[in-house]
Amino acid sequence: MTTAPTTHAAALALGDDALVLSHRLGEWAGNAPVLEEEVALANIALDLLGQARVLLSLVGDEDELAYLREERSFRNLQLVEQPNGDFAHTLARQLYFSTYQRLLYRELATGDTPLTGLAAKAVKEVAYHQDHAEHWTLRLGDGTPESHRRMQQACEALWRYTGEMFQPLDGLDIDWPQLEADWLTSVTGVLERATLTVPEGPRTGAWAAGAGRQGLHTEPFGRMLAEMQHLHRSHPGATW
Amino acid sequence: MTTDTQEAEAQAAHEAAFDAAVAAEERIEPRDWMPDAYRASLVRQIAQHAHSEIIGMQPEANWITRAPTLRRKAILMAKVQDEAGHGLYLYSAAETLGTSRDELLDKLHAGRQKYSSIFNYPTLTWADVGAIGWLVDGAAITNQVPLCRCSYGPYARAMVRICKEESFHQRQGYESLLALSKGTPEQHAMAQDAVDRWWWPSLMMFGPPDDESAHSAQSMAWKIKRHSNDELRQRFVDICVPQAEALGLTLPDPDLRWNEERGHYDFGPIDWTEFWDVLKGNGPCNEQRLDRRRQAHEEGAWVREAAAAYAAKHGEARA
Repeated sequence: MTTAPTTHAAALALGDDALVLSHRLGEWAGNAPVLEEEVALANIALDLLGQARVLLSLVGDEDELAYLREERSFRNLQLVEQPNGDFAHTLARQLYFSTYQRLLYRELATGDTPLTGLAAKAVKEVAYHQDHAEHWTLRLGDGTPESHRRMQQACEALWRYTGEMFQPLDGLDIDWPQLEADWLTSVTGVLERATLTVPEGPRTGAWAAGAGRQGLHTEPFGRMLAEMQHLHRSHPGATW
Repeated sequence: MTTDTQEAEAQAAHEAAFDAAVAAEERIEPRDWMPDAYRASLVRQIAQHAHSEIIGMQPEANWITRAPTLRRKAILMAKVQDEAGHGLYLYSAAETLGTSRDELLDKLHAGRQKYSSIFNYPTLTWADVGAIGWLVDGAAITNQVPLCRCSYGPYARAMVRICKEESFHQRQGYESLLALSKGTPEQHAMAQDAVDRWWWPSLMMFGPPDDESAHSAQSMAWKIKRHSNDELRQRFVDICVPQAEALGLTLPDPDLRWNEERGHYDFGPIDWTEFWDVLKGNGPCNEQRLDRRRQAHEEGAWVREAAAAYAAKHGEARA
């Protein structure tokens, strides 16, 4: 399938989101608080990696795109590149991102673009991811004083990265302000049920809203890529 | 008749029924009477098996973030996820014997229960992931397929599910090693080096030689185990030699040769000093593996407490 150049840009951005978040979740393997979460986090990471592979393949060769681009060429949100932190940080990141993905893919699944097929399949996966994040937000927010404190802190720390999700992506016919309003309603509802205070700070990202989409990332991201890409880059042209 | 004699008679009747069931290849189920030593032996073996799945995630997870292509990364993530799932089945099987996952994990963390010695070796290159799939999973399957007929029902049924997934992983590991072996000279050398390092530790997975195996005779009598350590080890060597040839890789054993008379491959002596050292905790990664496991458990305590507190508040059944 040839994709219009504009849809290319959207596929690359959404593919990078899935690729980078999948990688971060992969770092949890062997470190989760309970065995069930080893399974769940790996499961979500695998779903996202599957989405990334489809999306990046719409643009070009998945491995060239994943392993041979440098930091400034990645189009993912700054939110998904944030380090895992503790379990609360990981789950706050999941809640913010999977709520966005669920709403966005639901829209894309009804359209008629090269992304429709992927979105129609992935919408079931991201609904599961969002459910999982919501359940844990409730348990951590409304669990013990310690878990409440950690979850509140995580929600606040990541809040600033949530605005850039609603920067319009070229080639996608989406009512972005409406998507943002729906996202806020959904996330606010979950946080309130979890007895958490909805953060109030700016939501403009580390640079400015939409910076990640322009290849302006945060410092931990380069280190993540160095680890991810080093083996592939050490053997140019090899097949695996 | 005194109570003591009545009890003794009841005990003898139970034992006779148990022995008859085992002899008739019937499955022993959780509510059935079983000798205390049978129960204890199963708990020990199943727990050790479950712990091996959990600790075994570490050497492979070590390469998830560095996997060289997205396809290989997906395969590896799926494999590590399966291992966590196998751990879950096995802890559940152990719990049918009256213990709990928490109790078993505490024993693992305290070093009072063991896991497979193989996972105390480091994964130093990407090829190690392929070598683990081919050799370590291969050895595990050779060990575990007979356990699908183990006399204890829940364990046997867990093994049926686990063996299916393990065979899949094993084929993927072989295929990954084949790609390396047929790749660039650097990749081929990486594959050979990995096989050189994993071959002997894989042979050690079958346990000590038959004359030094503490639990073997009893386990075989109870039909928990079906074949001796040495028998399974020989079977594994016989399977691997032609596979190594097909891979275009050599096995690091100058004494390895076909014995026409026996109809088996002869192979060189295993370094049992190394085996016992690793088992005692002095292998290359023993400390690192247990520390990491303890750390994950300790750092996750607040999460488990939160889930329990939430469940108590909201009237959910505790997991």
